[in-house]
Amino acid sequence: MKRIAAIGVGLAAVALCVARQAPAQAADAPSRRAAVAAPTDSALEAQTAAVASTLRCPVCQGESIQDSPSELALQMRGVVRERLRAGDTPEEVKAYFVSRYGEWILLEPTMTGLNILLYVLPVLLVIGGLALVAYLVKRWTAPEAAQ
Amino acid sequence: MNWKRAGIAVFAAVPLIALFAYGFSRDPAEIPSPLPGHDAPRFNLSVFAPGEPPLARPVGDTIRLRDYLGKVVIVNFWASWCGPCRAEHAALTETARQYAGKPAQFVGVLYIDRPTSATQWIADMGGQSYPAVVDNGSLTAIDYGVYGVPETFIVDPSGRIAYKHVGPVTESVLQHWIDSLMPAATPNASAPRATAQ
Repeated sequence: MKRIAAIGVGLAAVALCVARQAPAQAADAPSRRAAVAAPTDSALEAQTAAVASTLRCPVCQGESIQDSPSELALQMRGVVRERLRAGDTPEEVKAYFVSRYGEWILLEPTMTGLNILLYVLPVLLVIGGLALVAYLVKRWTAPEAAQ
Repeated sequence: MNWKRAGIAVFAAVPLIALFAYGFSRDPAEIPSPLPGHDAPRFNLSVFAPGEPPLARPVGDTIRLRDYLGKVVIVNFWASWCGPCRAEHAALTETARQYAGKPAQFVGVLYIDRPTSATQWIADMGGQSYPAVVDNGSLTAIDYGVYGVPETFIVDPSGRIAYKHVGPVTESVLQHWIDSLMPAATPNASAPRATAQ
């Protein structure tokens, strides 16, 4: 029974940790499109790619609008580019998309309010899971060693 | 039975089951909209399909949201390639006919589609009573946080988004919102189950 409980807690901690890491990896993935684009203004294109890499594609699975080949992502990148060209800062462009799609649109949630749990909870669960496993293993092995 | 061990197992399992229950009871494809309760993004969009009298607007005419202040505006995003849009077409076109002459305005906004395909689709569906406009670059769709079609927004007479409907909309949902928001309203007694996001 103890073993089952310990394995359950450990698996839950690892699953949460993987779920938290997956979007971050997608955000960090090198842009496929930036390499093939032929920017007329390389600084603007680089800035567009940087902002687009932080925005989730609404019609994809865990992909940024920078990496997605979908039509909506293409048009969202156009909006990012035009807003940057018009003088918006990257933060203002992101704020615009958040105002339209909610925080969901950010591949990496901001570290505010309940979102802090997303960053802290997986670490705490891993530590707690490891501590529980270590404690139980120690308890199971102690009587056998005594016999 | 060791009650202590059973207690620990339950203690470990319950949060996990609750987490899975929460996760599996939600639609992972649904994106909660922050727009209801806020001013509807303005748009100026060109008519490509006129609709039918008395709701018709000439092709090439510009429909501006601000021109409809004081009316309930139903903004429906759709496309000819969208299967569920077929399911809601009759509800939209019939409800628009019912409210002709009243302070309610229907607008169909084409989403990632060609006007030629959309015009053919309207003909295949037996016509559309209200005008449809083209949204170049999906600027309006993105302004409304659209991520799929069909999506329908109900804008109240003060220009605020009262409700967003994802998926095929029904006559009862449309009537409920129009009746409850229209100036000098006569509320519909048979209010449907509709939850504003």
